[in-house]
Amino acid sequence: MTKRQTRALSKVPLHIAVIVASLLWLVPSAGVIVSAFRSPQAIRSTGWWTALATPFDMTVWTLSNFETVLDTLELGRALRNSFFITIPATILPIFIAAFAAYAFAWMRFAGRRAIFSIVVGLLIVPLQLTFVPIYSVYNRIGITGTFIGLWLAHTGYGLPFAVYLLRNFFGSLPKDIFESAFLDGASYWTAFWRLALPLSVPSLASLAIFQFLWVWNDLLVALIYLGGTPQVAPLTVRVANLVNSLGANWHLLPAAAVIAMAVPLLVFFALQRYFVRGILAGSVKA
Amino acid sequence: MLERRGGLRPWLYTGPALLMLAFFLVYPSLATLRLSFLDRTSDAFVGLENYRFAFSSPPMLESFKNNLLWLIFFTTITVSGGLVIAVLVDKVKYESIAKALIFLPQAISFVGAGVIWRFVYEFRPRVGLLNTVLTALFPGMQPIGWLVNSRFATYALIVVGIWMWTGYALIIFSAAIKGIPQEIEEAARVDGASAWRMFWQITVPMISTTIAVVTTTLIISVLKVFDLVYVMTAGQYSTNVIANQMYYELYINRHNGRAAAIAIVLVIAIIPVMILNIRRFQEQEARR
Repeated sequence: MTKRQTRALSKVPLHIAVIVASLLWLVPSAGVIVSAFRSPQAIRSTGWWTALATPFDMTVWTLSNFETVLDTLELGRALRNSFFITIPATILPIFIAAFAAYAFAWMRFAGRRAIFSIVVGLLIVPLQLTFVPIYSVYNRIGITGTFIGLWLAHTGYGLPFAVYLLRNFFGSLPKDIFESAFLDGASYWTAFWRLALPLSVPSLASLAIFQFLWVWNDLLVALIYLGGTPQVAPLTVRVANLVNSLGANWHLLPAAAVIAMAVPLLVFFALQRYFVRGILAGSVKA
Repeated sequence: MLERRGGLRPWLYTGPALLMLAFFLVYPSLATLRLSFLDRTSDAFVGLENYRFAFSSPPMLESFKNNLLWLIFFTTITVSGGLVIAVLVDKVKYESIAKALIFLPQAISFVGAGVIWRFVYEFRPRVGLLNTVLTALFPGMQPIGWLVNSRFATYALIVVGIWMWTGYALIIFSAAIKGIPQEIEEAARVDGASAWRMFWQITVPMISTTIAVVTTTLIISVLKVFDLVYVMTAGQYSTNVIANQMYYELYINRHNGRAAAIAIVLVIAIIPVMILNIRRFQEQEARR
């Protein structure tokens, strides 16, 4: 055996370990995705892996589960609700946070450091701590079960992380470009729109993906402020209810889950780099 | 020049954010503290009655036990698993694919993960993956109702949690490992250090801060764990956790006082970790 072969051979256990780990992580999701396309009868009687034995036998596959969940179980409406909840709840906090982060980074004012520390400190407030009082206020002013209430709540909850991330990014932009802009008579307002925002597109993108996925995947906040009414319920709430209520129709769960996961997975595959950057920025960087 | 004093201006820029934070985070935190001393409808003062419930009622005691199990098993396995996989994938060419696969569950919701794992845990041996594999490996073994058997249910949920969060630890550790200067590893390799020794004497010490960060983040999230339990068992079969009991008191039992007291208990559990985090933040700020 050549030296090279010995080295390749010594790496076999490594490859096995990595591949087994990858498969362990892949198989559960793959199973549900495969199941979603099988006939109700097949889902009930055999495991999803049996379908893989005859992958080209088209009689094995069907879209009927998707038709049923979208129409009869109204997941179509839930999908629309999820978009309707998530898009404003992503844009709103990022805008509000960008203004604040800009001031924390480039303006000098009394208590700047202290206030920023408090904002960062709020990162660790468990949302549970806020539910009872806000739920009562919402009930009193009549916005429980409305999208507006949920948008505002997600904005408030998303702000600490957004301000923290953007303040660090704005603060790391080169000082001279702001100095020369101000020397040329640019106002803070112009510098914000013409310099700070355009230079921060990658950070804004990471943040937007983060917040988007957070809100899209959120169950608890939606449960508290929206309740279970189908008119307003997002996918997470609707699917969570189906899990406990479908009973005899449990074969529809995989299709429902696939619909709930489709958007996050698309976002993930298309924008993985920004997503990872957001996660890293949130935890490793100062 | 740059640092000219702004007068009113900074408050116009920070105002909307500070108002939102004050209303959604600061005010309710203080109000919850007050409500925790009031009765079901927040009308009468009841002293420590809600805390007596929060610390001694059977559902809460069960929740404490389960959150502790989560804390121990979920945190250690996720951190060590993420770390080991990060070291391993660093040595193969298809690193990015392996990382993407393991990281994938981070993108989906707990609800989606709940459905996925219900099919893994399904009781019927020819339908549920886990029971199929086990009964094939050990002929004569009876299938187990993983989610409806009080002995296994919490552990079954913890496995799902680990499946969801290992990718998070992996991605962060992987980035930290790539930050270790090449020369150090080269020098160790020239000295003939084994992979095992390099792991313990170079990798782990060099990224110890990152390990601490990931561990505290996971501890905080595990103390608040809710969605998975809600979707998969609704807290039945001895799987109840603190956050689930709080939801129950607020929404099903409609007892504001108890819900508030449970929230405060949750905060008390998180405070030590929070202090660690803030201290780390100040250290980093000082170094800037």
